[in-house]
Amino acid sequence: MSKKPTAPRPGFVLEVDRQTPPILFHHGEGFRMEKLPIGRTRVIYAPEPLRGLEDPDSAIVDALKNPIEDDPLPSLLKPGMKLTIAFDDVSLPLPPMQRPDVRQRIIEAVLDMAAEAGVDDVHLIAALALHRRMTEAELRHALGDRIYESFAPDGQLYNHDAEDPDGMVILGETKHGESVQMNKRAAESDLVIYVNINIVSMDGGWKSTATGLSGYKGVSAHHNVHTMEQSKSFMDQKKSELHKSNWRQGEVIKEHGPRIFQIETTINTNTFGETGPMSVLQKREWEWSMKDRASFTAMNTGLKAMSSANRRKVFHSWKAPYDITSVQAGEVEAVHKKTTEMVYKQHLVPVEGQTDVMTMGLPYLTPYNVNSIMNPILVMVQGLGYFFNLYKGKPLVREGGVLIMSHPTPWEFHPVHHPSYIDFFEQVLADTTNPAEIEKKYEKQFAEDEWYRHLYRTSYAYHGVHPFYMWYWGSHAMKHLGQVIIVGGDPKAVRRLGFKPATTLQDALEMAEDVVGPQPTITHYHNPPILMADVT
Amino acid sequence: MSWLKFILDKPTIPEGVEPQEQQSTTGVYYDTEWSNGKAAKVVRLFSVWGFMKPAIGLYGSPKVIGADRLDEIDGPVVFASNHHSHADTTLLLATIPAHLRRDLAIAAGADYFFGNRITSLLSTLFLGAIPIERTRLSKLSIENTESALKAGRSLLIFPEGGRSNDGWNGEHQPGAAFVAKRMGVPIVPIYIDGTGTVLPKGSNWPTRAKCAVVFGEPITIADSENPRSIAKVVERRVAELANEFSVGWWEAKKQSYRDQTPSAKRPEAGAWRRRWALGPKPSEKRHSPSQRRWPKV
Repeated sequence: MSKKPTAPRPGFVLEVDRQTPPILFHHGEGFRMEKLPIGRTRVIYAPEPLRGLEDPDSAIVDALKNPIEDDPLPSLLKPGMKLTIAFDDVSLPLPPMQRPDVRQRIIEAVLDMAAEAGVDDVHLIAALALHRRMTEAELRHALGDRIYESFAPDGQLYNHDAEDPDGMVILGETKHGESVQMNKRAAESDLVIYVNINIVSMDGGWKSTATGLSGYKGVSAHHNVHTMEQSKSFMDQKKSELHKSNWRQGEVIKEHGPRIFQIETTINTNTFGETGPMSVLQKREWEWSMKDRASFTAMNTGLKAMSSANRRKVFHSWKAPYDITSVQAGEVEAVHKKTTEMVYKQHLVPVEGQTDVMTMGLPYLTPYNVNSIMNPILVMVQGLGYFFNLYKGKPLVREGGVLIMSHPTPWEFHPVHHPSYIDFFEQVLADTTNPAEIEKKYEKQFAEDEWYRHLYRTSYAYHGVHPFYMWYWGSHAMKHLGQVIIVGGDPKAVRRLGFKPATTLQDALEMAEDVVGPQPTITHYHNPPILMADVT
Repeated sequence: MSWLKFILDKPTIPEGVEPQEQQSTTGVYYDTEWSNGKAAKVVRLFSVWGFMKPAIGLYGSPKVIGADRLDEIDGPVVFASNHHSHADTTLLLATIPAHLRRDLAIAAGADYFFGNRITSLLSTLFLGAIPIERTRLSKLSIENTESALKAGRSLLIFPEGGRSNDGWNGEHQPGAAFVAKRMGVPIVPIYIDGTGTVLPKGSNWPTRAKCAVVFGEPITIADSENPRSIAKVVERRVAELANEFSVGWWEAKKQSYRDQTPSAKRPEAGAWRRRWALGPKPSEKRHSPSQRRWPKV
């Protein structure tokens, strides 16, 4: 008899006044409570988590049997066929969700139908492109033990290997000359079923197959400085060159590739739950009860007393109680249209006008450090890549404005997951922070380095070129902004990124005035949960 | 000690923000799902055997009629009874056959039994109560009752919506019929006699008197019936059971077929005339077992 009698409230923009309590800023594996200037500051609050589907398993079966602009899945499954099921990797969702993961639910439903149809040749591939391979524990978490134990022992469940010389094929070129590359097994299959989790509007659609199952050649067609600078933003499909490029690659897949049956899901933003010790993090500050304030104080005090490794362990063990808000299956573009509607419904907040200074608290997690360390490059990509780009229309901050981020930004790297990041940070950024220059001077060398290639294929390392993509991810913001300041970060690491360090938010705001003038307008991007500003 | 001040001081609400209505955790919003657990069932079992049965035995020495009509039922049902006193619940928990009592939820007034956390906890733990709104057929009340039925629990509802002030039966609200129809479970009508004397409304301490419970045949609901007409049928059956208690099964049966069952509803008259029409107290006119005119059915 759990009850949710009130509808989730939409997001809104708060004008900070005398009565406004201190505002929560994420600060890596910790938090800051900041008093924001009165009369010229706005805080954008996300919509509350949408209600989840009451019976997700039935909704999944229904979506598979009644797909959008495609034949019902059971009619596509035949004995003797070659079936490949590809699924999103460990970078989604963030943080990882409580079991059962949506991929498990969907793939179990698909496999039930495949078993009924008598399909024997089934491969399951983690579509990780140039990300690190998923560990056994991560695969088990995403797919469940039943699937893992049925397919992994015979080598039918594995990580995509974009550097396997015999495992990749070129399907063709787009009219813009972009190569379309695909995992050979997938390309030669009679049917590829892609199982996606959509957390932001950039995910899904043709990006799933055109990027997820691709290699360096295919991915570099759009993961480059030019495309990223022209994607304003890459979260706004209509204004995203990244999106357009993936869609052009999709045309080639449609013509020369395997038949794709796309299954997309959306989840709500219930990241830290409605009850429990972390639930306070997604409440509005003036609604914190005494219990919330006490648990927040206890949590903060406890975290401060811990070593950074233990703090990381605590946060990375958190599994989000997301609810599935929609499931749609069928033709890629038609499915993605519905998915995008649902994502916008959850994330969009109308905001009037831009701001001189944008502030944000960065959490402990990006798509690229699940169970890992959030190194300085990932701090940059979270702020300038993801949060800055979570807009539709115009950027929240005006051109030449200042972005203030809060994060400890330690000079720390995960040596197994991010080996090329270490060299990128030590060598490349020591030379220049200009994305175009970096691309021209260093990308090829890192992308083709045999040692990085070896680590990507056999260990759990991100591809050698991956830190470059991260840097390009922030290129639109770097070009747009007058200055970036990191509050509470390691000054040396912050300076290496080309940003300015500040000890307190007050200092950062004073520094910002040197760039944008006195008494600037300020907008704070409040998270969690994530939101997308619809700026008019 | 700034952290202590942070915890104790309620945050101020920004001027432009409308304060959120606090979601109550009591009343109809009280979550009783935990009472489906084994531990809660054990506590209820002890409360029935350790307290309710001895207490009602001492104060009401109840006579049970028609329990055999429920022998064949094993699934969840909705019990619909007339309501005179708080002792009604105790009486029914002590007399409903064990196979249906083990998983029994009592639909209790959210305003009365779930007014605060303590009464909510006690009502749920010892009575197996679930909160419903008495004055209207609300969505949450329906959800609560349906969840209980879905969990395999039978449900006891007093469809009159509250205790009788004067000893007469009130009009049945359609809530019980609505839930039973939606969930496809039968309704068992019950007539209770004498509890209004054991613990009348407004009284805090029981007095000894004789009481009785008459269970009726389960009423199966057809898809075509609407809750209001079902409620009327249940109301009439309760009146027939009252008549069965007064005049015996056969006489009551015959009167029922002749449509001559006396109404148990209060007549349109002044308060004193309504009380007068009830005649002597039930305990005074009740037949002792040796004087029983009709065998137990």
